[in-house]
Amino acid sequence: MTAVQWILENLPQILELTVDHLLLTVPAVLAAFLLALPLGRLAVRLPRLREPLVGGIGLLYAIPSLPLFIVLPLILGTSIREPLNAVAALTLFGLALMVRSAADAFGSVEEDVRLAAVAVGHSAAGRFLTVELPLAGPALLAGLRVVSVSTISLVSVSAVLGITSLGSLFTDGFERGIVASIVAGIVMTAVLALVLDLLLVALGRVLMPWRRPAPRRAGSREPAQVGERGAA
Amino acid sequence: MIEFRQVSKTYSDGTAAVEDFSLTVSSHTTTVLLGSSGCGKTTLLRMVNRMVEPTAGSVRIDDVDVATVRPVALRRSIGYVMQNSGLMPHRRVVEDIATVPRLNGAPRAEARRRAMELMEVVGLDPQLARRHPGQLSGGQQQRVGVARALADDPNILLMDEPFGAVDPLVRLELQRELRRLQDDLRKTIVFVTHDIDEALALGDQIVVLRPGGRTAQTGTPRELVEAPADDFVSRFLGLDAGRRKLRAAPRPGGGQVVTDDAGRPLGVLDDADGGPSAGAGE
Repeated sequence: MTAVQWILENLPQILELTVDHLLLTVPAVLAAFLLALPLGRLAVRLPRLREPLVGGIGLLYAIPSLPLFIVLPLILGTSIREPLNAVAALTLFGLALMVRSAADAFGSVEEDVRLAAVAVGHSAAGRFLTVELPLAGPALLAGLRVVSVSTISLVSVSAVLGITSLGSLFTDGFERGIVASIVAGIVMTAVLALVLDLLLVALGRVLMPWRRPAPRRAGSREPAQVGERGAA
Repeated sequence: MIEFRQVSKTYSDGTAAVEDFSLTVSSHTTTVLLGSSGCGKTTLLRMVNRMVEPTAGSVRIDDVDVATVRPVALRRSIGYVMQNSGLMPHRRVVEDIATVPRLNGAPRAEARRRAMELMEVVGLDPQLARRHPGQLSGGQQQRVGVARALADDPNILLMDEPFGAVDPLVRLELQRELRRLQDDLRKTIVFVTHDIDEALALGDQIVVLRPGGRTAQTGTPRELVEAPADDFVSRFLGLDAGRRKLRAAPRPGGGQVVTDDAGRPLGVLDDADGGPSAGAGE
């Protein structure tokens, strides 16, 4: 049986595993993103806390993934095969990457613009939601793309523990000696990462239209005609 | 009317940005705070809308201590224009101008209509309404900044070196327009600058500040030029360097040619209108 035949025959199962994979990835990426926002903003607000916070959380990434998958249930009281266990571990890894991105993103909002937002009378919450968050958007998106790709690849590891995902194609493939299964796992993981990344880029385009270049160059240099109008 | 009553601002590390500063700004007039960088003029300006809280003394607007007004509400009632415009890079021009009316609860359509009116008032082409600030020239951005500050028709306008970052020609143009606007709108304006010519051109009252936010002299432009209080003011105005010393010599065709101290021609005085109204600042 050729690899292509194997894949076609097992397509329904591969798609099912893809969905499982996504169900582990998306909640973890979202949770990591949402948790990183306040932490990143805090790091900018309190510069002294920045390194302990950003560096400390970043160190989480140094924990080897497999032991974390095994240790977390002891802390959370979940069982080792529960998807929640995997999502929690993946969230921590995502957070480790995302907090630094978020701190950099909020730090990149220009002081002048922040002051202007204060001066026109935005409340603190309004300023965060309508000024800082959108302006931090491009850098946040860059961080989110890294987290998304990294999470998709990390999910596979949980298959070793028996949590089903595209990683199950590797474990099954190795156990039963089916090369096609391993190939399918690799390809689908890469495809999924690519698709998710493209979706994020598209989302960024929609949500941050001001970053697109001007449709045409801003007309002639200002003074004459515009100024004369007002002088009348 | 805005009153600064013996305000000081001392930071926790002990540096005094402002020391015991008092000033009355009459309604419907323009007061210029003039000084070099680090003299505390921006600090003083920001005390009016509570972006900076004085460590001593009080700022009162129409006899109400601003410290008793919620900062957010206070800021929404006062126009603020800053250097580099402070426009929101992610908002279209019309949305940015409509910010304060929106914050004060105006419906979207109403705020937009008001924003379009304001663009007209400050001399901006309505076609620019849907642009983002990155697509505007420096002068256009400053006009948008002024329009945003005026959008909800505040009584008070705070301007922090609003024309400091544009090239000299555009700056003169914007100054002229501000004077025209002020003739119509009659706001109470506090204007911060380090540019003496700008101060003479715009101020009804000028406050010359020494480092540490202490007043060197307060007066009308004319009072300052005619009777500078001391060497510091004299030097600041450029009176000592002969920068404002003018000479007049008869012109063959009638009238007088006016030159600076070094003999470079500046303009012509006709016999008919050779009065003192020909200002030194222009």
